[in-house]
Amino acid sequence: MSNILKIIFSAPLSAKFGMLVVLIYSIVAIFAPFIAPYGEREILGRAFELWSDKYLLGTDNLGRDMLSRMIFGARNTIGLALSITILAFLLGSLTGMIAAALGGWVDQILSRIVDVLMSIPSLIFALLILSIFGTSVPYLIATITVIDATRVYRLARATAMNVVVMDYVEVARVRGEKLGWVIRKEILPNITAPLLAEFGLRFCFVFLFISALSFLGLGLQPPAADWGSMVRDNATLITFEDMTPLLPAGAIALLTIAINFIVDWMLHKSSGLKDVS
Amino acid sequence: MLADANKNSGNEPSATLLEVKGLRIEGLSEKGWQEIVCGVDLKLKRGEILGLIGESGAGKSTIGLAAMGFARDGCRITSGEIIFDGIELCTASEEQKRKLRGNRISYVAQSAAAAFNPAHRLLNQFAEGPVDHKVMSRTEAKEKGRKLYRSLDLPDPDNIGERWPHQVSGGQLQRMMVAMAMSCGPDLIVFDEPTTALDVTTQIEVLKTIKEIVTARNVSAIYITHDLAVVAQLADHLMVLRYGNLIEVNSTGQILEAPKQEYTRALLDARTRHEKTAVQISDAETLLSINSVTAGYGNGPDILQEVSVLVERGRTVAVVGESGSGKSTLARVITGLLPPRSGEIHFQSESLPPALAQRSKQQLRKVQMIYQIPDVALNPRQRVRDVVGRPLSFYLGLSGKEREHRIIELLEHIELSEHFIDRLPDELSGGEKQRICIARALAAEPELIICDEVTSALDTIVAKAILDLLQRLQRELSLTYLFISHDLDTVASIADRVVVLYAGRIAEQGPKAAVFQPPFHPYTRLLLSSVPEMRQGWLEETLSTREAKAGIAREVKITERGCPFAERCPVAIPEICVRDRPPLQTPASGHVFACQHAPEMLLDHSA
Repeated sequence: MSNILKIIFSAPLSAKFGMLVVLIYSIVAIFAPFIAPYGEREILGRAFELWSDKYLLGTDNLGRDMLSRMIFGARNTIGLALSITILAFLLGSLTGMIAAALGGWVDQILSRIVDVLMSIPSLIFALLILSIFGTSVPYLIATITVIDATRVYRLARATAMNVVVMDYVEVARVRGEKLGWVIRKEILPNITAPLLAEFGLRFCFVFLFISALSFLGLGLQPPAADWGSMVRDNATLITFEDMTPLLPAGAIALLTIAINFIVDWMLHKSSGLKDVS
Repeated sequence: MLADANKNSGNEPSATLLEVKGLRIEGLSEKGWQEIVCGVDLKLKRGEILGLIGESGAGKSTIGLAAMGFARDGCRITSGEIIFDGIELCTASEEQKRKLRGNRISYVAQSAAAAFNPAHRLLNQFAEGPVDHKVMSRTEAKEKGRKLYRSLDLPDPDNIGERWPHQVSGGQLQRMMVAMAMSCGPDLIVFDEPTTALDVTTQIEVLKTIKEIVTARNVSAIYITHDLAVVAQLADHLMVLRYGNLIEVNSTGQILEAPKQEYTRALLDARTRHEKTAVQISDAETLLSINSVTAGYGNGPDILQEVSVLVERGRTVAVVGESGSGKSTLARVITGLLPPRSGEIHFQSESLPPALAQRSKQQLRKVQMIYQIPDVALNPRQRVRDVVGRPLSFYLGLSGKEREHRIIELLEHIELSEHFIDRLPDELSGGEKQRICIARALAAEPELIICDEVTSALDTIVAKAILDLLQRLQRELSLTYLFISHDLDTVASIADRVVVLYAGRIAEQGPKAAVFQPPFHPYTRLLLSSVPEMRQGWLEETLSTREAKAGIAREVKITERGCPFAERCPVAIPEICVRDRPPLQTPASGHVFACQHAPEMLLDHSA
């Protein structure tokens, strides 16, 4: 435990800032019902009320409290994005490593499937699937997971290919190790750095993708709060020189930057690059 | 040409070209800046060759680069003077130094394959320097390149420059690299281990080129190597370095004949052949027998053709041959990584399934392998405990304290203390890494260990220590080794039996004494005569022999018919050798000899 603290304290300022932001976001997301002054779906007053003591950030197009919806939105959007990214990584990196380790026709089949999926523009692919199957949360998760897993697959396969040709992988094979062991102990530890970096980036992309879908009306469905749809719903305010609709967008941007700070630092650490000053 | 005229102005024979005084260089490590070159002086006259000798970490390459006024990333020159032909390089501006580098001082790197840009044709890369330095126009530079290629006896000198780097062999590429260093007609060339990664026969070819260039054109050179015998052929003076300190400097003859320092003697000793006293095992049982195995990759040609080898328990069988002769393929067939196309492998008189997946755990346990490059044979993310411990739990089912205890025992076997147990491969030296690989093989309690060029990536002294360790382990644990190597010195010191492979076929095999004594098989003779000897003048003598003239500077080619060695063989019988497979002869029991000539006939040629 003290070791982890030591590592965190030795982090550069940018990474510390990133960790602080992520920490605040997680607290807000987890304890949303206790922090938010009003309920997520409560209609409290008139539409588009200005910032006041009662409604700190005003109200939205239906008269719901903006601040409360921002707080609940953190919970919905981050939770969704995180679970999709994790699922995409499990799926993509596992299949990628299997393809690299086995090679031959397994690699051929998996890679061609991925090629087909990647050849369809992701937004159009998502629109298609979601309009056929409906916009429920499980379908939303499944669709974006598959789309993102293809990118993760490509990266995992390419990096694992470089590891598979190493003599130590051959040593494990000659020893008689099973595929699972080779992947878990010989390949995975050597490709975690690029995968981690990709995780940070992917998370941001997933985040933006969900927001984009919500903006188009295919993401999280009302009345659930979501930062993407909040921008869409209140976009008219921008024309009245009110910056409120930009706040959810800003929340997305801040989190994206914070996560990339952390990932940069982790990459730097694991790549073993030395600072030459 | 104006530039040339300028260059030749200071060309008196005995003038000092390069002088280094009190050179100190620091390198950045985890502990901060540390001195890696601690006050070295050197002086080089025009037309002289200076050899820098030492193990890795001695600072040889760092000094070599400093002679060009260059310090690698993470290194800095802290004090001292480097004076090249009157120019002080330490204080010279980058612009000044750039004008010198590649023009008046050039550099030949260890791996030509890595030093050439694979995306440009060879002649274009040759012309880059002269055109950049405005010494010649592009057409002039290319013309000069072709001329140089011709004078270096490269095949098809007019067109070879139009090829891409991957289209020529390793030895040719290294020679083209030397030609490239000559492109601007430099005064000084720094050679950084240019032959270390090469076969003995290819090495001679490159040494010949370097020697010709340097003597014919009155160029000075700094030759960096860890192999005394190689540099003895070229250098006028030798400098022995260790940990950045100068140990001894003297003329080559003096160093070889009468070394003054203990360390120099150790270096000489490590390179001197120590014959192994043959272990007499009565009625040795056959452990491994390979019966006329033919193997190849994919739809390609047969890399191994009807290879039969017997390995007796407790003995060392060495497989020798140049790269491309199929040595490593043989190892892959035995381990099951490459199932043979035909033929059988018997282990302890039971038939071994051809593919890895069909073999039982016990069958796998009995054959272990040690690899050429320990850096890639160890997973950088696994600690010594995991590396050595895994075979223990996998094959023998050990766990907990028992396993821990056994790991420490194995570490003692390989002469490392138990503190190494928590180290990562990054925290080990090259020799220590190879020892861990040996411990990993031992952990499985194998019957047979395949050693694939285990010492060729190591320094002379470290390599000798590893060989001594392997021999001690063999005595104590009665291990059997299949020892793959292109280094005949190593083979002579460790092997009981020798198998000479050429282009996937066995040229000769038998007890070491029979193979390494006349009458020689023509190919064995070429290999033996290519091993550098620790005396001056060896290179010239060897190059004048018929074997060298016929056999050097050729590639190993697999042939469908006839004897694959025929086109490099000095005693080949025209028409017959290229047409008919050489008959297998058995001059003595256990000695197989594939040649059209009877062994007695070849005795005459040995004179």
